[in-house]
Amino acid sequence: MTRRIVTLFAAGALGLAGAAPAWAEGELNIYNWGNYTNPELIEKFEKAYDVDVTLDGYDSNETMLAKVKEGGTGYDIVVPGDYMIKIMIEQGLLAEIKPNEMENFEHMDPKWVDVWWDPGRNYSVPWQWGTTSFTVDTEVFKGDDIHTLALLFEPPEELQGRINMLNDMNDVINAGLRYLGYERCNGNVEELKEVTELLLNAKQHWRTMDYSTIEKLTSGDVDISQNWNGAAMRARAQRPTLQYAYPKEGFTGWMDNVAVLADAPNMENAKLFVNFIMAPENAALISNFARYANGIAGSEEFMDPEMLTAPEIVMPADAPAPDFVRPCPQETVDMYNKIWTRLKQ
Amino acid sequence: MAEAQSTLVDARRAAEVRERRARWLLLAPALLTIGIFGLFPLTITLIYSFLSPGTYGGVTWEFSTDAYVQFLFERDIFDGTLEFSSTYLQIYGRSIGLAFVATVGALIIGFPTAYFIASKPPEQRNVWLFLITLPFWTNLLIRTYAVLLIIRDEGIINLGLINAGLIDRPISILYTDTAVFIGLIYSYLPFMVLPLYASLEKLDFRLVEAAYDLYATRFQVLRRIIVPAAKPGIVAGSILVFIPGLGAYITPTLLGGGKELMIGNLIALQFGSSRNWPFGSAAALILMAVVMVALLIYVRNASREGGNHG
Amino acid sequence: MADAAAPAAAAPAGRRARLRTDLRHQPGFTPMAWVCIVFLYAPIAVLIAFSFNDNRSVVRWTEFSFRWYVEAFGNEGIRNATVISFQVATVATLFSTIFATMAALATTRTRPYRGQTLAYAIVNQPLMVPEIVTAVATLALFTIIKKATGITGIGYLMLAHTVFCIPFAYMPIRARLEDMNLTLEQAAADLYAPPFQVFRRVTLPLLMPGIFAGVMLAFVVSLDDVIITLLVAGPGETTLPIYILGQIRRGITPEINAVSTLLLGLSLIFVTLFFLIGKQRKT
Repeated sequence: MTRRIVTLFAAGALGLAGAAPAWAEGELNIYNWGNYTNPELIEKFEKAYDVDVTLDGYDSNETMLAKVKEGGTGYDIVVPGDYMIKIMIEQGLLAEIKPNEMENFEHMDPKWVDVWWDPGRNYSVPWQWGTTSFTVDTEVFKGDDIHTLALLFEPPEELQGRINMLNDMNDVINAGLRYLGYERCNGNVEELKEVTELLLNAKQHWRTMDYSTIEKLTSGDVDISQNWNGAAMRARAQRPTLQYAYPKEGFTGWMDNVAVLADAPNMENAKLFVNFIMAPENAALISNFARYANGIAGSEEFMDPEMLTAPEIVMPADAPAPDFVRPCPQETVDMYNKIWTRLKQ
Repeated sequence: MAEAQSTLVDARRAAEVRERRARWLLLAPALLTIGIFGLFPLTITLIYSFLSPGTYGGVTWEFSTDAYVQFLFERDIFDGTLEFSSTYLQIYGRSIGLAFVATVGALIIGFPTAYFIASKPPEQRNVWLFLITLPFWTNLLIRTYAVLLIIRDEGIINLGLINAGLIDRPISILYTDTAVFIGLIYSYLPFMVLPLYASLEKLDFRLVEAAYDLYATRFQVLRRIIVPAAKPGIVAGSILVFIPGLGAYITPTLLGGGKELMIGNLIALQFGSSRNWPFGSAAALILMAVVMVALLIYVRNASREGGNHG
Repeated sequence: MADAAAPAAAAPAGRRARLRTDLRHQPGFTPMAWVCIVFLYAPIAVLIAFSFNDNRSVVRWTEFSFRWYVEAFGNEGIRNATVISFQVATVATLFSTIFATMAALATTRTRPYRGQTLAYAIVNQPLMVPEIVTAVATLALFTIIKKATGITGIGYLMLAHTVFCIPFAYMPIRARLEDMNLTLEQAAADLYAPPFQVFRRVTLPLLMPGIFAGVMLAFVVSLDDVIITLLVAGPGETTLPIYILGQIRRGITPEINAVSTLLLGLSLIFVTLFFLIGKQRKT
């Protein structure tokens, strides 16, 4: 028995040591949001450059940051959201790969070049972008104007108790701030107090607070839900009476961006990948899978036709511009945290 | 005479030394593994809890007890004075309550089941045990969705009851505490059944036979013989259901609707969008201290009683 | 082995056996056990049903189809994640059960000794700390080791799983050992059996039900772990729960149900074989 245990130990130790990789050329390790990368895109890249790609998924910007911050993850490519790009650049976690000097940069839609999270695009290029608003069943809701946050915060009778909010501190509090007409990342205690009251009062009408919006909507557990536009499109495919709202008080815009880690083991391949996804036909591959818009001009002609007309992607002309929220200072986050905890106490 | 006695003492001492050495050798792998890869992280957590939050997560190396103060007191948003706040205590109370009820529920369902398996012929028992754990080879999330479908307003239970004419309107179970309770029992039932089985399986039925010979009733047999024999299993099972139940968060969010925080969500939130690692660490340590003290008292008592048997 | 575990059960079948089952009867226990089985398997039935759903929803039924089985087979991500999950769970179960058995032998059936309670507390420590905290701190520790030694690989993930599986394996084994009769072992020792023989021929068989329970618990605990895996896993080490977690925002598809159903089917086949072989050996 003892000998057997010793053998097992040795086997385990060997397992540790034997798996020590030689980061051979021809490898690329991508760390992206889960279920967000088109397998076809990866295959195409592998074939074109003879590179072996490993793809893993994370569930939130914060998980990714916690891991990357420690260093030595072995990943080359990450796909952080807008505010997270800014944070990671500030903390020196991203490599300055100068996408703006790459061959395919000419395809970049100019409106996504000078963004606050990476002015001039020295670190990152767009992956997908979308909006966070809400979806409502127009059969259930009797009014004519769905484009107002009042449906979430002061719902008419038919929607009371039929609402799902995202289980996300920022999305809920920001929506509340917009409804009251206050600035985001707001440190004004008076205004935050008002928001707290608004939320506490609205909570009685909310049925759930959860991320699984598609299941909630399609099963009929709720008739209105805070939602991302891509998820809204998927939900509508199964419940055609759903409609995505562009509230006049404003709504969140977000962009996930491809960036390369400062300690990337396969720097050159990573740069190849960044250039690769800026090609319109490749950007279209991403969109066709993930169901969000990309930031590459000319990708439309390679996209599924239904994506070009989907009301979740093509914004009406009179909708307000999406609001890309900057990272808030810690004092504000602390206050948000207090509001959130009190809301869910 | 004296000589003989001293050799006897020597022999006994040698045996004791041998026993002690064997004992620590047996303990070594578990203690070393957990000592290095369990206690070291715990130390890191302890250190974190006395530091200040870093910008955008992490910590800065600045001593602070804010994390602990924050647990019980709230700085008024207006004038900055500290006042007692029960917000976190309420969250802890709710989680502890739910975990406790789920533990009792699991015991009520699990005990007869474990007994049922233990009274099967020996060659069948492992198959039964396997059947108890098999559902848990599927993913928790998917399993929870399946539970959700059953207890929905339009779910199997409600449809069945309505069709049977027992109720007119569906009973709302989903997105209530009842749903969380059902979900928690469902998630942790094998953690109760298996330890119970492990201790019930060694029950000596000759004792039962003797008791019946002495005209004991079935209930007396249960209370005086079976339950005492199962006691180590009850202790182990309760621990394995209660403590993980405290930290559960997927089940409460999906089945309970996620409108209220559980300890698990609260702590995870601090390491996520709240970006307050020190508070997350402190909240975790407070939870651990409570659980640890309760556990030690529990086990000390149990082993003291156990000593009487041996 | 089983015979040694329950000497009473070695009695001849027939009338005595019937008497014994009767002795064992407790009113209401058998129905409750069946309630438990139904409770455990009703959701599984739903889960399997939805694996044949034509629609891409796990909550709304449309039509019967094998579509998701085809997709699951073609999905490299799911296949890899399943293999990794099982690799990690197997290694973690093996080591944690061995360690837990040894620790259980050392913490039960002895006169109280200095450090016993402490040892007990340490063995159970992974249970006490909320997962996210362990995850963050373990990540920090592993990164230090990685940087110092240059060793990377899936061994870290297996190690992390082994640590939190130990208490789950330890508890049922300890429950089994507590109050266990020493007579048989003493008798064997009195017959001058060497200690290791005593352990292998007497103690281990007596312990087997506890060890079996420990193995099962450690395995399912490892198989379901999310948070620690999420933070500790390196490139190419995505497990099934992590893969599924990534799907929540875009909606979970019945592909996962299909994979789960296949796994259930596979394990059922294994149990049946196991059972049949065991039976054959008996006769």
